[in-house]
Amino acid sequence: MKKRQNVTIKGTKEGLVLHLDDSCSYEELKRELDHKLSANARTQDERQLTSVKVEIGNRYLTESQQGELKDLIRQKKNFEVDDIESNVITKEEAGRLLAETEVVTVSRIIRSGQVLEVPGDLLLIGDVNPGGTVIAGGNIFIMGTLKGLAHAGCYGNDQAVIAASSMKPSQLRISDCLNRAPDSIQSNENREMECAYIDDDRQIIVDRLQVLIQLRPNLTRLEGGH
Amino acid sequence: MGEAIVITSGKGGVGKTTTSANIGTSLALQGKKVCLVDTDIGLRNLDVVMGLENRIIYDLVDVVEKRCKIHQALVKDKRFDGLLYLLPAAQTVDKSAVKPEQMKELILELKQDYDYIIIDCPAGIEQGFQNAIAGADKAIVVTTPEASAVRDADRIIGLLEKQPDMESPKLVINRIRNHMVKNGDMLEIDEVTQHLSIELIGIVADDDEVIKASNHGEPIALNPNNKASIAYRNIARRILGESIPLQSLENADKGMFTKLKKFFGVR
Repeated sequence: MKKRQNVTIKGTKEGLVLHLDDSCSYEELKRELDHKLSANARTQDERQLTSVKVEIGNRYLTESQQGELKDLIRQKKNFEVDDIESNVITKEEAGRLLAETEVVTVSRIIRSGQVLEVPGDLLLIGDVNPGGTVIAGGNIFIMGTLKGLAHAGCYGNDQAVIAASSMKPSQLRISDCLNRAPDSIQSNENREMECAYIDDDRQIIVDRLQVLIQLRPNLTRLEGGH
Repeated sequence: MGEAIVITSGKGGVGKTTTSANIGTSLALQGKKVCLVDTDIGLRNLDVVMGLENRIIYDLVDVVEKRCKIHQALVKDKRFDGLLYLLPAAQTVDKSAVKPEQMKELILELKQDYDYIIIDCPAGIEQGFQNAIAGADKAIVVTTPEASAVRDADRIIGLLEKQPDMESPKLVINRIRNHMVKNGDMLEIDEVTQHLSIELIGIVADDDEVIKASNHGEPIALNPNNKASIAYRNIARRILGESIPLQSLENADKGMFTKLKKFFGVR
């Protein structure tokens, strides 16, 4: 009787895919992977690395297990593991992902010395006073006046934007870019309904709010509709 | 049971002590039983402004450390018939001599006997500030129309708002120089209130008489004709719940007719 294979290699349009069955034990999987890859090992060093994708179905692998598999695949063949795809994630990871895409609404004034940090998008109903700081993993939308510091996309999201009803920041930060207010500000200048984003030259640009419709279409989360 | 109000500002030199002395005096003039508490331990000066320095026998630290009873340490102001008392700060030790819990206990005890406890807070946000706000039910933040003072006031308001069981603080804008505001060299009142977005309870014009009076140990609020004095009295009345419109900063001596016109809204 032929045993069901736990490791299958498929060639797809995107390249090679290693499919690892999720119903056997991890040790068994490792053994079979080792065996399979060794079986038709051709030690052709000159051949360049081929990237493969590993699909592990409904199996959860810890960081160290993932590393172990990557090393194993790497040793046997000239394979470079591109990505390990699993259908399952831990609760913490799911929670973090959820938090990073969530819009957190806060209604208060961020005063001098206060710091407000959220993992996802921030909708602030109130002002950020000079000396106050708001930090978000995603976008920052301020319904009041921004006079302090705002840092959007703080985990390195270049697509993040900062929008404020009244934009008079002391400093703007998006991802790892930084922009400060000019030393001489015309106080009578109308700075209403503006947004800040990173342009192609990795500069923070402050412009009318409406430009975001073209520049960041992903801000729309509404599905369907007309 | 009385009410404890802390007068604070963050920045030094904006007029916390003067405001404390004058609000206390004005409340006493309204017939309330008032106790002023100076929490600026090591740098006491409320007694000087009140002209009570030479009557001090015991101080706040003596009370807290149970070397005397509260009533022994309280200095009675002779100008008011048993309505105004001062609990002076100690001068020989520093702010770490008292803990917030001890202050809380002390203020609670004073609240049994007085209608209003006015607590004069030291500058800064360290131990002295924590002591001063520990027992307070309400807070008045004093600022001047200067960017630095407003910035510090903002910080202080942020800290006060975190304090449980304290009402939202009220704002006093002190030392307004009208000619400078008009020229645009000083922040406008609206600008300050909008920025800090807390309720404004009074504005006080800058007046040389205030300094003169405090040098004589007589709070300006005792002078019924001075503009700053009226401003402080108005603050006291607002504390008591009256609703009084804000004083105009224009020089008021324009004659009865103009005043009347203004009253009826004729320009």
